[in-house]
Amino acid sequence: MNVFRYIWQNQGQVLELTLEHLRLVGFSTLFAMLAGIPLGIVIARRPRWNKPVLASANIIQTIPSLALFGFLLPVPWLGERSERLAILALTLYALLPIIRNTYTGIRGVDPAVVEAGRGMGLTESQLLFQVELPLAVSVILSGVRVAVVISVGLATIAAAIGAGGLGEFIFRGLAMVDNRVILAGAIPAAVLALTADFGVGWLERRMQTR
Amino acid sequence: MLGGMQATTAIPEIEFQDVSYRVAGTQVLSGFNLQVQSGETLVLLGRSGSGKTTLLKLVNRLLTPSSGDIRVKGLSNAKADVIGLRRSIGYVIQDVGLFPHFTVERNIGLVPRIGGWPEDRIRARVQELLQLVGLAADLASRYPHQLSGGQRQRVGVARALAADPEILLMDEPFGALDPLTRDELQREFLALQQRLHKTVVFVTHDLREALRLGTRIALMEAGRLVTVLTPREFLQSSDPLASAYVRAFGEGLESAANRGTS
Repeated sequence: MNVFRYIWQNQGQVLELTLEHLRLVGFSTLFAMLAGIPLGIVIARRPRWNKPVLASANIIQTIPSLALFGFLLPVPWLGERSERLAILALTLYALLPIIRNTYTGIRGVDPAVVEAGRGMGLTESQLLFQVELPLAVSVILSGVRVAVVISVGLATIAAAIGAGGLGEFIFRGLAMVDNRVILAGAIPAAVLALTADFGVGWLERRMQTR
Repeated sequence: MLGGMQATTAIPEIEFQDVSYRVAGTQVLSGFNLQVQSGETLVLLGRSGSGKTTLLKLVNRLLTPSSGDIRVKGLSNAKADVIGLRRSIGYVIQDVGLFPHFTVERNIGLVPRIGGWPEDRIRARVQELLQLVGLAADLASRYPHQLSGGQRQRVGVARALAADPEILLMDEPFGALDPLTRDELQREFLALQQRLHKTVVFVTHDLREALRLGTRIALMEAGRLVTVLTPREFLQSSDPLASAYVRAFGEGLESAANRGTS
């Protein structure tokens, strides 16, 4: 097929854009985990904050991605470099599955186990780090997996604001009305998504405790 | 270890002083007074919702009383360091609550480990405890899901005994076991208690179990203490609730009471 010939002929650029894409997805997932896991832990401890936090993350998800990129564009420090902006937007989208799964994972720990731990004299942080998080880790990772797959897809749109990534091929192909060029972006993106899905899924099963 | 010999000391091991507990408008306990002596097995007997479990959780401060005071070894536990208090009290629950991601060895050794014991001493202690509760030494490397219900509860008891606490709180520990295993564990509990003389507060709704294991039985109803009796007294009691229990459980209770106090 000539799609693959096209990819082969432009392999340098495909590789470069794939790496850019990975950077966008990697950083945004990392930041979403750094923010989302603690938030999930907090709302698991204080159910009163559960609704507002999850609702906010939910609302972010409903904003169309192009619109979100547009909204963030005038923000001073962010707007200077479109890559920063794309990472922030992708981070916001990745928050919901991570917060929700952290919450679900921790709430899902057998209450008898938590009660026994508390009754034996574990401190709250010992309970969290030695019992609750290890038991919730596979559920949390399945949230990360969803977040990564969403991000790989959404990151293609980041090209619209000049943040690079495999979306460049897609937008270029759309402008040129050339399917080969579109697919040169779409196929590597799909491969990335599948690989990430499989990789995190593997980690998730490895971490399964029961 | 010789707690049973020190019955002469006036201070009870655990003392409930006019304890009330209210949650979400429901009065779970009211005006509760009770003393638990060192080395005895005090059974809290009552139907579901009578406040037995609540009472137990007030001792290790999983719950805080709405009013009144609970003294452990003469000290108000409201003033004690909660974590230290809990580590000095063994706690066994019906659902066992073993940590599913820890081996038997790590489950049993948890309190000593967070208490900073050296590794070799923890390992020796775990082996000692496995033997004490009648489990084979090679079970140490198993995970809870690889054990039977009876083995799991044995591990639960071993875990509670790990740091050699003087007080043991047991919340229907044998309630979920099949009759044969329950019988076995009750017998072993009696043997164990004869050696260790822990101060045990034991929750059950099974009169037979109460008669068999208890030094004294505290009968509860709707958050109040009805009466405290020895197993023999219980069988002869004219208290309407006590005799209702005796009638409900029918024949053959005498032998249970005799076994428990022998």
